[in-house]
Amino acid sequence: MIRLAYLALPLTIALAACQVSSDPDLDQTGERPELPEQNDALVPAMEIPTPEGWGDELPTVPEGYTVSAIAQDLRIPRQTLVLPNGDILVAEGAGGKAPKLRPKDVIAGWIKKRGKSPVEGGDRITLLRDEDGDGQTDLQTTFIEGLDAPYGLAFVDGTLYVANQGNLVSFEYTEGATSIAGSGTEVTKLPAKINHHWTKAMTASPDGSKLYVGIGSNSNVGERGMDVEEDRAVIWEIDRETGASRIFASGIRNPTALAFDPWNEKLWAVVNERDELGPQLVPDYLTSVRDGAFYGWPYSYYGQNVDPRIKPARPDLVKKAIVPDYALGSHVAALGVDFTTEGGLGGRFGEGAFVGMHGSWNRADPSGYKVVFVPFRGGRPSGEPIDLLTGFLKNGHARGRPVGVTYDAARGVLYIADDVSNTVWRVAPQNAGPRSVPRGVVQVPIDTPSTSTQTGAD
Amino acid sequence: MDRTVTNSRSFANPLHAILLAFPVALYPSALLTDITYLNTAEIQWTNFSSWLIAGADLFAGLVLAWALLGLFFGRARHSKSRSMLYLIVVAAMFGLGVLNSFQHARDGWHSVGTLGLVLSILCSILALIAAFIAYSTIAAEKRA
Repeated sequence: MIRLAYLALPLTIALAACQVSSDPDLDQTGERPELPEQNDALVPAMEIPTPEGWGDELPTVPEGYTVSAIAQDLRIPRQTLVLPNGDILVAEGAGGKAPKLRPKDVIAGWIKKRGKSPVEGGDRITLLRDEDGDGQTDLQTTFIEGLDAPYGLAFVDGTLYVANQGNLVSFEYTEGATSIAGSGTEVTKLPAKINHHWTKAMTASPDGSKLYVGIGSNSNVGERGMDVEEDRAVIWEIDRETGASRIFASGIRNPTALAFDPWNEKLWAVVNERDELGPQLVPDYLTSVRDGAFYGWPYSYYGQNVDPRIKPARPDLVKKAIVPDYALGSHVAALGVDFTTEGGLGGRFGEGAFVGMHGSWNRADPSGYKVVFVPFRGGRPSGEPIDLLTGFLKNGHARGRPVGVTYDAARGVLYIADDVSNTVWRVAPQNAGPRSVPRGVVQVPIDTPSTSTQTGAD
Repeated sequence: MDRTVTNSRSFANPLHAILLAFPVALYPSALLTDITYLNTAEIQWTNFSSWLIAGADLFAGLVLAWALLGLFFGRARHSKSRSMLYLIVVAAMFGLGVLNSFQHARDGWHSVGTLGLVLSILCSILALIAAFIAYSTIAAEKRA
């Protein structure tokens, strides 16, 4: 007993200190990520880069590209949408009022809060207009007010759809409008009980008849009980006219952004996977979403790797779980996805998907905190992700955290919402000017070195 | 031989006794909710355990502080060895209790497991031992 007493306190401290560290050699991106052993440490690794201003600095772009802020002083910008006339809409808000069920929720909430902007969510949509086409915002104004943590945005046939955290609303839009009054017409309610993962990502089918809404799980791995997981960790298909919904895919833990690819017109999602199985489990992923598919949550991950934390086990469901297409890395917290069309940003960023990574808190070595580009060929991911926008972390502080990404095909540029510096960033090829400029000119200096390196390696 | 008890008082003063009452009640309660969770896989039981252990830890910490102060600054109204034993038991109870809090912060089925159950049993036993030491009467005897 005496020995026990002397051991108890130092043991606790020692346990806190000895966390499993990440193995940098593990390749966790691409079609076949390497998955280490499960390790749900007694004290999970947590590293919260606290916010810090940019000063005069900017995020880092590859050579041949420029980055600029086109909107500042926003209130938690999440997702963006480009209207037919080129105006940019920014959904601002922070939702989720999940009750604290355990002492852990209180402590973890307090810790995670340190990594966030202190600004209160705007619950509004802001409009950005560039009147003279110089890439700078001439008008920044509140477009719609009085929303409830708006996140997903879609525009179909003169109607703007906004996915609040609790319902889907529509607004009639007149070309050139700079504000819309009212809080919209409700198309359908969305699952909102608890709202542990509150974001309602949205996209419209290419023919405009259906809307797809991502509804995240109500827990990490079912620890609030499976009763509250009804209609959670799913993607809903909603009929735009009637508001009727059905589950399109399930077991998809937290689908935080949706987009249709322009090549095969398939629905894709970026999905945040579960925490507390170790710093390198489970990789977040980008996947095409098959109708009726089950992606494993909470019973298994990355196909049929069983998660023992959920009881009773469901081997019948695990058997059905399918493997996602493309891993993005563990705990990168992908919150944005959009596809290129018409040559994208040129060079290495010509054909593929942009992915905004909010960044980890559940591992000691930060991951994410950047925007990457996943190259595609023939409508499938092809090759390693390429960094597009980095430099968000500096000296252990987060100067920004990327969320939604939107490719503006008309201008050939990319917009990135950043909910820590409350900014919208614009990344463009250098000397791009109007769209008619031949893009090949920009590509040459970027492409050459990478091509020669590849040849050498092969 | 006549024995007259001239001075009888408890080891712990009343406030200290009240603080100790919490771990004595809460750790065994957590043990029961742990057992229920393991039998039912009904998630709410492990939530109960988490809060019960957190509450027990809080008061165990206060009791530990009291025991430490008592050891160093207490009036020599009872034997040093008994104070030492009490301190050791309380320290072990608190340390294992905190460990158990971390264990119960894991998600789902891993929140209890063998480790959680063993820790809950140990904390319950230690709380009862501490209570035996603290609540038994010290009788200073005087031979007539």
